[in-house]
Amino acid sequence: MTKGKKVVLRFPHRLVDKPIVYRLVKDYDLQFNILKASVTPKEEGLLVLELSGKKKSYDEAIRFLTEAGVETQLLVQDVFRNEDRCTHCGACVTICPVSAFIVDPVTRRVDFHDTKCIACELCIKACPVRAMEVRL
Amino acid sequence: MTKSIAEINEKIAKGQAVVVTAEEVIDLVNKKGVAKAAKEIDVVTTGTFGPMCSSGAFFNLGHSKPRIKAGGGHVYLNEVPAYAGIAAVDIFLGATAIPDEDPRNRIHPGEFNYGGGHVIEDLVAGKDVRLVITAHGTDCYPRRKLETWINLESMNEALLFDIRNAYQNYNVAVNLGERTIYTYMGVLKPNLGNANYSTSGQLSPLFNDPYYKTIGVGTRIFLGGGTGYVAWHGTQHNPNVLRTEKGLPRRGAATLAVTGDLKQMSPRWLVGTSFIGYGATLTVGIGVPIPILSEEILSYTAVTDNEIFAPIIDYFEAYPQRSPDILGEVSYAQLKSGKIKIQGKDVPTASLSSYSRAVEIANILKGWIQKGEFYITESVSPLPGVDSGVIVKPMQERPFEEEG
Repeated sequence: MTKGKKVVLRFPHRLVDKPIVYRLVKDYDLQFNILKASVTPKEEGLLVLELSGKKKSYDEAIRFLTEAGVETQLLVQDVFRNEDRCTHCGACVTICPVSAFIVDPVTRRVDFHDTKCIACELCIKACPVRAMEVRL
Repeated sequence: MTKSIAEINEKIAKGQAVVVTAEEVIDLVNKKGVAKAAKEIDVVTTGTFGPMCSSGAFFNLGHSKPRIKAGGGHVYLNEVPAYAGIAAVDIFLGATAIPDEDPRNRIHPGEFNYGGGHVIEDLVAGKDVRLVITAHGTDCYPRRKLETWINLESMNEALLFDIRNAYQNYNVAVNLGERTIYTYMGVLKPNLGNANYSTSGQLSPLFNDPYYKTIGVGTRIFLGGGTGYVAWHGTQHNPNVLRTEKGLPRRGAATLAVTGDLKQMSPRWLVGTSFIGYGATLTVGIGVPIPILSEEILSYTAVTDNEIFAPIIDYFEAYPQRSPDILGEVSYAQLKSGKIKIQGKDVPTASLSSYSRAVEIANILKGWIQKGEFYITESVSPLPGVDSGVIVKPMQERPFEEEG
């Protein structure tokens, strides 16, 4: 594996204070670059990492994370907006951890910058009219 | 300068009425001054498009053969329960009703993906829905069970009837707690993580007529994409609140009860809505025309977002406990800037009401009036005003152990 892979890690509440990520370096010899991290008290932790290293070590590391209870997901552009459904209210704007939704100051319409999206899916259920969808 | 509604309607009939939106009027008044602008402008159109939970619809289903009496029985539309406590085939479906089988908040936060508001949206979209009635059976209404597809076209009357819409001002909701909360004001992140508000500010109907000098019972309006009427003042109408020097309420104040023919309406302006962890509802589009009868009325319509202030309320503790505490006031201009300062902290803001759709409503209504498709009505009876004595009373609980 020459190029880094972007992975979204979701830590359930019980794992938030456990040292886990350092083992990716120590036990699996992976390099990581933190793209995004957020922990809400009493909520899950969300970490987006770019991982690089040997393919075999990467696969083993993902297995280790899954067994430890961390939900892993390869970051792909799989969240999209149903333009017919969106009312441009803006409820998503402060929910998105990477500011992928920007209100146009003139039109007050909400622009969705899908290149910023890390597919954390927080907007899916926070959208009152369910305009945000996950592409299968 | 004074004008009458009859004079304005004559100009509408001739296609000569000058109509501007509540946004456009701001610049016009700045450029021309109130006196000149009031002479020129006949109608100012307003708009709002937000979740309004006290919405619902009355339906007359038509009589089946043999007949069934839903009244006193149970009625479901796409599994969502409707109210059947009236005559045989008249029912009422509320926006917040959810299927009996909905998991609700058993796994918190629940999703509430489908409720009464969604059924209303499906019906106005022309979709078939599943109607299920169970009844006790009588000599004149012998049937006990009915299951059929039904749609809006096949019903006799279908009437949107919203008992409280178009709130004149509303809270800005924040969360002082340590965990995320899921409210009717959206997802509120802990420790002042965000602030949610929900009005169209300078475009909002009742901010443009703060003392209800033109809007009253009988006022014809844009409702859900069709025409509707103000039926009454809305529930929790509370005109006598703290106001700014210009008379703008600084707290939630007046409300409207509105009604209109659902068959004219469109799913673009009645949208089924889900608040995670809270429930289902309906987002409603409303636009109210304001006839410019005097300079005073025009000057009210020139209101701008930086003159309108809303209270900031903590929905972790103060709101649920009905505590009167507020964390301060902010203007809609500040709210629309994307962040406000609360307790020294920069808090990002988000709106639950769509300003761009409110602009669209004001423009549609403007178009209707310009084309002579919509005339202005004289109100039949005014809404209760500041001096009416109408106030919102909190509930005073009286335990059953005390004498009733």
